[in-house]
Amino acid sequence: MSAAAPTATEHPGARSLITRHRLRWWETLPWIIALGFYVAFPNYLGFGAELLAMILFALSLDLALGYAGIITLGHAAFFGAGAYTVGMLAFYEIWTEPIISLLLAALVAAIIGFLSGLVLLRTRGLTLLMLTLCTMALLQEAANMARAYTGGFDGLPDLAIAPVFGVFEFNPLYANTQYLYSLGVLLVCFIFVRTLIYSPFGQSLTGIRENLLRMHAIGSPVRLRLVICYTISAALAGIAGGLWAQTNAYVNLSALDLDRAATVFIVLILGGYGRLYGAFVGAVAYMALEHFLAKIYPTAWQLGLGLLLVMIALFARNGILGIGEALWERYGARRKAT
Amino acid sequence: MSEPRLETQALSRNFGALKAVQNIDFKLEAGARHALIGPNGAGKTTFVNLLTGVLPPSQGRVLLAGRDITGKGQAERVKLGVARTFQINRLFRGLSVLENISIAVAERKGTAWSMLYPVGRRADVIAESIGLLETLKLADIAGHRVSELPYGRQRLVELAITLALKPEVLLLDEPAAGVPSAESHIILDAIEALPKDIAVLIIEHDMDVVFRFAKHVTVMVSGAVFASGTPRDIEANPQVRAVYLGQAGKGSGRG
Repeated sequence: MSAAAPTATEHPGARSLITRHRLRWWETLPWIIALGFYVAFPNYLGFGAELLAMILFALSLDLALGYAGIITLGHAAFFGAGAYTVGMLAFYEIWTEPIISLLLAALVAAIIGFLSGLVLLRTRGLTLLMLTLCTMALLQEAANMARAYTGGFDGLPDLAIAPVFGVFEFNPLYANTQYLYSLGVLLVCFIFVRTLIYSPFGQSLTGIRENLLRMHAIGSPVRLRLVICYTISAALAGIAGGLWAQTNAYVNLSALDLDRAATVFIVLILGGYGRLYGAFVGAVAYMALEHFLAKIYPTAWQLGLGLLLVMIALFARNGILGIGEALWERYGARRKAT
Repeated sequence: MSEPRLETQALSRNFGALKAVQNIDFKLEAGARHALIGPNGAGKTTFVNLLTGVLPPSQGRVLLAGRDITGKGQAERVKLGVARTFQINRLFRGLSVLENISIAVAERKGTAWSMLYPVGRRADVIAESIGLLETLKLADIAGHRVSELPYGRQRLVELAITLALKPEVLLLDEPAAGVPSAESHIILDAIEALPKDIAVLIIEHDMDVVFRFAKHVTVMVSGAVFASGTPRDIEANPQVRAVYLGQAGKGSGRG
């Protein structure tokens, strides 16, 4: 940027700060695995697309919860806002082209995120948690009551989504297009989030999470920055919701459910929050657990999930990735010692 | 005579019936080395909170270089050059020493809104942060996590993060509090080496520190200025001795 003394930036203590945004080899793994899944499991691509939307949703939550420390249990409000935007545009055949629809979904979710954030982010902790929950409940009830537009409890079925780029059609039986389209959207959003968290803005969010009072004392406009972060996070959640509506070709009240908000929360805790890849690991782990636990114990599979969460809360606060990091550090230390 | 850097006029703050700060007229000249002492509960920290804009005053005004800043919030005052340290460290404990400093530098330079390039690209921010750490002899631990440092070093980081804001007025709230005596010299050396043009107000219980550092001492008791003068005057003042100096370090709980 400017003519800085080269000696200072070559300082050994500065190295990790200067190089941490650089791409590491293992960061290509999720994408290789995702493409491998496409080749290996052509019959499960519908499930795969759902998983990708879930990852994006968890990633949006990670930005607010993991990086900025905004405790929210109402993130499905934005997922639902995005889903209903896409759903209503398609159902009433106002706009069926998928990519612009997603951008509109992001815009609607961002507006709701910005307006609610202006009010909500004056509070913190439990109050904030309850208010986010209330916002979501209000939106869900609004969607339920505005039956004439949203289809109420039944939702909006059989959405006609135009082909991607005018070429690739969404086939309900073979979800190839849905899967690759979702993967592309996730990649773009992920690159955006990754850039954001390694930027000075992202660093200041981490500062707010680490010590709010210090951020005030260094002259940071804390609330405005939180509102902007919350708005971006809401926009991304809106894209996730829009994606979900497009790939399923329907939208209903479950998009705005507490169940959905809780699930994405669990996914992030499971994978490890504030870690960028926690969303990936958590979503895969959650889906796998749901699958296997439901097979073993169909009536009460959530019991196993609950027990696992208790274990994580007690012994592994940083989730699966945190366990991995701890093992890596221990292994690395031993390797250095010998 | 030029305007004092920082001035208060009849500054007061009540908490309900409690008059925490009463009618204080106070001046801090450019380059001042001023100590504020008083028993626990005398209102010293409340006074600092009024200076930094954490609390609004009940009455009175705060002037910065002759300009009324009473209505300005904390963030605005920081931008105008008023910075402080805290009695208890307020640091980004999970981050490295360098990152702690660079967050403050980025905030001062206004780069903290940038979203599209990585932190590591701003060589100027990093170079300035490293430079500051070098002057405070912290550069060799720049990559260490703050939570892993001994307390004395953490206190020094607390000072460094404040200096990264390039303040004109620096308020130090018990900078050596809680630091083991074996380590306290590193804090005191750093305070003595502060740039000469900064106006410094130090709140301190340790009289050795006050007499070593300050050119001027103000004694607060029960929210009001009790005495003011050179360290020698204060030390010789029999009333101050009765109220405070005899029990320094123990904390009387009065006021």
